Amino acid sequence: MTHKTFLALFIAFSFFACKEDAQVLTKIEGKQIPITDTLKIDQGFEAIIKPYRDKVNKDMNAVLSYAPEIYSKSNGHLNTAIGNLMADVVYQQGNFVFNKRTGKNIDAVILNHGGIRSVISKGNITTRTAFEVMPFENSIVVVALKGQQMDSMMGYLSHAKRAHPVSGIQLTLDKDFGITESLVQNKPIDAKQTYYLATNDYLYNSSGRMHFFKPNDSLYVLDYKIRNAMIDYFKRVDTIKPVIDDRFTQTK
Amino acid sequence: MKRRTFIQQSTAATALVTIGGFGLQSFNAVPRAKKITILHTNDVHSHIDPFAADAARNANQGGVARRASLVESIRNENPNTLLLDAGDIFQGTPYFNYYGGELEFKLMSKMKYDAATIGNHDFDNGIDGLYAQLPHAKFQFLSANYNFKNTVMDTHVKPYQVFIKDGLKIGVFGLGIKLNGLVDKKMYKETEYLDPIESAQEMTRILKKDEGCDLIICLSHLGYYYKKNPDKICDLTLAKSTKDIDLIIGGHTHTFLPKPTVAQNSEGKNVLVNQVGCYGINLGRIDFYFDAEKNKSADGTSIIV
Repeated sequence: MTHKTFLALFIAFSFFACKEDAQVLTKIEGKQIPITDTLKIDQGFEAIIKPYRDKVNKDMNAVLSYAPEIYSKSNGHLNTAIGNLMADVVYQQGNFVFNKRTGKNIDAVILNHGGIRSVISKGNITTRTAFEVMPFENSIVVVALKGQQMDSMMGYLSHAKRAHPVSGIQLTLDKDFGITESLVQNKPIDAKQTYYLATNDYLYNSSGRMHFFKPNDSLYVLDYKIRNAMIDYFKRVDTIKPVIDDRFTQTK
Repeated sequence: MKRRTFIQQSTAATALVTIGGFGLQSFNAVPRAKKITILHTNDVHSHIDPFAADAARNANQGGVARRASLVESIRNENPNTLLLDAGDIFQGTPYFNYYGGELEFKLMSKMKYDAATIGNHDFDNGIDGLYAQLPHAKFQFLSANYNFKNTVMDTHVKPYQVFIKDGLKIGVFGLGIKLNGLVDKKMYKETEYLDPIESAQEMTRILKKDEGCDLIICLSHLGYYYKKNPDKICDLTLAKSTKDIDLIIGGHTHTFLPKPTVAQNSEGKNVLVNQVGCYGINLGRIDFYFDAEKNKSADGTSIIV
């Protein structure tokens, strides 16, 4: 082999050698690392966050009311204290506006269990609490419905078997989730009567499982955010006292 | 077959180099072991700050500035790292109500996120609200089954992206949840939802056959599994119904898994499915080790979770 041939061969072969050789996946390791307070705070990130945080905190830390215990949406079968609080707040605060504007009164409220986004911790209730429980910008709407649609709503609740926040109604199910009692404002539903059902614009507009809002006689948009209704309620009340009650229950 | 001839050629070259005494070991004829690290989050929901010390749940956990130092230390240990998010970046703290997601995107960009998929809550200020924050996002948005053609997001979201780390090709694609019934139509406007399984099959074909990826990752906001609604498309169903996906990084259901799930795909091969809860409380870490075929154990790729 001459020197030249060798060099040519060397270059030719090294072309292949230089190319990345085929590699295969031989091992996978997976884990989860908790972000705890033992980790160092990156000061570069902290510096970016600080001005945003200072502005937000100034507003958020205002103390509005007091919670004597922790309220969680997972505490309760078909109705929960926190859900009852939210539905009752929409009922009371919403009715101030609705009554002033129309002379009518809200009969009932339905919200969704998934819409309760946080617990209310024991201790001071601040503006932040309202943002945590209700971070969404959803507003209260009132829908005028016929008795038959109120029946559909009760049917929906009995099928959902979920503690959707409700107010103004009493619904009792038997052990097979069949309806045994269904009242609005303590009276059986009258097919001919018009009922004013308050909810939020998200549930009203979404084509989810709550089909009973449409068609309706009228829709009243109150331009009143659920979160603001909560903040206004907290400002009025020194200590909240929501409880699990008999508005939506199942008999064993 | 092709690979065998390739290895033989490489071996010949090595022999020749050795004979020649040039000692050019850097030509790397023998495959060098490589490691790709995938870090991931999901459903951070605007949780910039850690939970307060007196919070009823998750006290002192989470926080972007802490995640940043952890990510940096992992990158120092292995520069061949990708940082990914499976959606629902927005909504959950007043930072979002006040600033519309600006801070979330700025911090993710500074942390050098490589890509994110789009969750239903990322539409909470409407598709226009998402679009408005794009100037703050220096990472790529990926979605293979949302067609944004008739929206402002058109051209700002890619179905997939191929990342090259240490010479290995990592294909990442995104999948989003059905918006109808979950998000107000006024918010998502003309965004079209396509079948996630069909989209995934198309993506894996492109990434495996056309792009020749060594690793395929799906960033999914479909949800881990729906116990009450087992027919609803979810990550476990996706894993079963597709092939060539190595890792599904999930979101939406805020699922805390004791460890990543090892599922089987349509060919009976293993797929890793992981999700790390929510609110930036955890960082997922999956390390992929590559080596020469001969270094692979007889049982195939070993998975340690």
